[in-house]
Amino acid sequence: MSEQLTTVDGRPLKAALARAERTKRIRALLLVMPLFIFIFFSFLYPIALMLYRSVENPLIAEQMPNTVAVLENWDGNEVPGEEAFAALAKDLVAARESREIGKIATRLNFETPGLRSVITGTGRKAERWEPPYKQQFIDARKEWGELETWATLKRLSPTITSVNYLAAVDRKYDVHGNIVMIGSDYQIYVDLFMRTMWMSVVVTVSCLILGFPISYMLASLPLRHSNLLMILVLLPFWTSLLVRTTSWIVLLQTQGVLNDLMVWVGIINDAQRIQLIFNAQGTVIAMTQILLPFMVLPLYSVMKTIPPSYLRAAESLGAHRFLAFWRIYVPNTLPGIGAGCLLVFILAIGYYITPALVGGQDGQMISNMIAFHMQKSLNWGLAAALGGILLGGVIILYWLYNKLVGIDRLKMG
Amino acid sequence: MSQISLPDHAGPIETIWHWLYIAICCLVFLFLIAPIMVIVPLSFNAEPYFTFTKEMMSLDPAAFSMRWYEDFMNKDIWRASIGNSFFIAFFATILSTALGTLAALGLSRSEMPYKGLFMGLLISPMIVPVIITAAGVFFFYATVNEYFPLTGTYQGVILAHAVLGTPFVVITVTATLSGFDHSLTRAGAMLGADPTTVFFKIIMPLILPGVISGALFAFVTSFDEVVVVLFVASVEQQTIPRQMWAGIRESISPTILAVATILICISIMLLATVELLRRRSERLRGMSPG
Repeated sequence: MSEQLTTVDGRPLKAALARAERTKRIRALLLVMPLFIFIFFSFLYPIALMLYRSVENPLIAEQMPNTVAVLENWDGNEVPGEEAFAALAKDLVAARESREIGKIATRLNFETPGLRSVITGTGRKAERWEPPYKQQFIDARKEWGELETWATLKRLSPTITSVNYLAAVDRKYDVHGNIVMIGSDYQIYVDLFMRTMWMSVVVTVSCLILGFPISYMLASLPLRHSNLLMILVLLPFWTSLLVRTTSWIVLLQTQGVLNDLMVWVGIINDAQRIQLIFNAQGTVIAMTQILLPFMVLPLYSVMKTIPPSYLRAAESLGAHRFLAFWRIYVPNTLPGIGAGCLLVFILAIGYYITPALVGGQDGQMISNMIAFHMQKSLNWGLAAALGGILLGGVIILYWLYNKLVGIDRLKMG
Repeated sequence: MSQISLPDHAGPIETIWHWLYIAICCLVFLFLIAPIMVIVPLSFNAEPYFTFTKEMMSLDPAAFSMRWYEDFMNKDIWRASIGNSFFIAFFATILSTALGTLAALGLSRSEMPYKGLFMGLLISPMIVPVIITAAGVFFFYATVNEYFPLTGTYQGVILAHAVLGTPFVVITVTATLSGFDHSLTRAGAMLGADPTTVFFKIIMPLILPGVISGALFAFVTSFDEVVVVLFVASVEQQTIPRQMWAGIRESISPTILAVATILICISIMLLATVELLRRRSERLRGMSPG
């Protein structure tokens, strides 16, 4: 029987090796841990918190407990009876005293536009009313005699809700709890998602069309020359986003440099100045220039690895120069095209600053709507739901990028 | 012999195509660089216009002035924002460089478990749309404010900016370490140096170019960041990009062009530094000369 291998101090070698490897693993983990903990608390947890915002809905359950309790057994087929109106009166009076009625009105108004004034108006009067309440409510505001109003209240009763996500895709629950489209006047989010995707596709394709020729030039020139040209790609990359956006405004606005130039050359006269910016087209132009380096850098690094002898071999075997380029060179650049396109698309789809500054009316993207609901309308639940959908899309693309390209191949400059 | 030079046997179509290709490339380079460069002469405009005046075109000296630079230097709000930008970017850079370098050292060890998962999570602040990060941070700060004030404070902005900067440090330092010869650390240890000495005497000098590039990326990220500032900062933490943002949206004045020109100069300096570092790093590691 062969003797077991041991270390000098008599421990089995296998165990000693396993132990040494575990120590090494722990050391590596310990080095990563500080950053991981930092990222966890100041990035991952905040985002989880935001996603939770998109489904939590404590306001109505907390502030209108009586109404919520009565509505629990309501079947939604007809306007509820006196019991529900009595509970409503009690809740509204209490909410007015605790000054929470404004929040309730705002929340209900997000769900069914027009309910704000119904809540605040009847809340003011309800203090003086005596039972029975039902007729007084309906006389004061006819909305209380409508199923829709009560259905809205019931929908917002649960503390965990999907209404924000439904609203983010232009849908809602109807009186009977079925998911239906909202009125066509209020449908904006599906269109906005589509427009965001479409603009990102246009930006990505433009970047590819513009980036491919110059990447090829950079990859084929001797390093001495290509390094100089590379600076032209890297300088925009290092220049402030706001500076680049400002320059596009200066160039493209109606009294701007390009329009002046065209008037001076005589292509257009002074009255025909073209609106080139503060619209979707201006946003696409500016974003293409801003994101172009992210296309050129991966394309360039892939093209650099394609031996020029491939093309020479194809030509010496009788292929025409163009055919050789199309059949031999282009397929070899596919990894670079994939990496560049995915990266540009991921960055474009969540773009905020440029559309906000040069987008005008029709150049706004989904990020701008999120900012609007965060800062202006204060509908944080809806902002979080829109953010959640955008984040889901980005994560899928990021996962795809990692599968196809590998995040360790991500390079800067 | 480069591929794009025209072969001697080229026919007329190929010749035309060749020059067309060169022309297209020049136009694309122009598209990349012209918008940045057009701002520079305009910032010396003596008139409050955003376009070239006739006098400027005829190079009349009276058409040029430094008035927008003076305006920039004389306004308290701009002066304060310069200070804030540098202050916030400096501390955010220190934080992200220290944490990012440590993590990169761990991530490039072959023994690191779940390497892909950790890498994916640590790089994600660069990929996740900044509006989502800003919204998340906004909610998070609102919940912890009573224990530790973050909304509308310098520490709040610095922390969020450090998060956005770390992926760049991780990426550049990991890239530098990918060509690192690990027998050097073993040699150091064998010659009697303890791990700290090995780190500072052997590893650090070799990865320093990568660390500095990463730090510069982190610095620029913070220096140019506006969305987080819009969401969690107060007037007190007004930065240059925030001020430019307000300037573009509300009262656009040519002072912005002066600021932009100064920022362009800063980015040229940073780019030059990073390029020099990259070449030095490649030389140190015995890779092909840049």
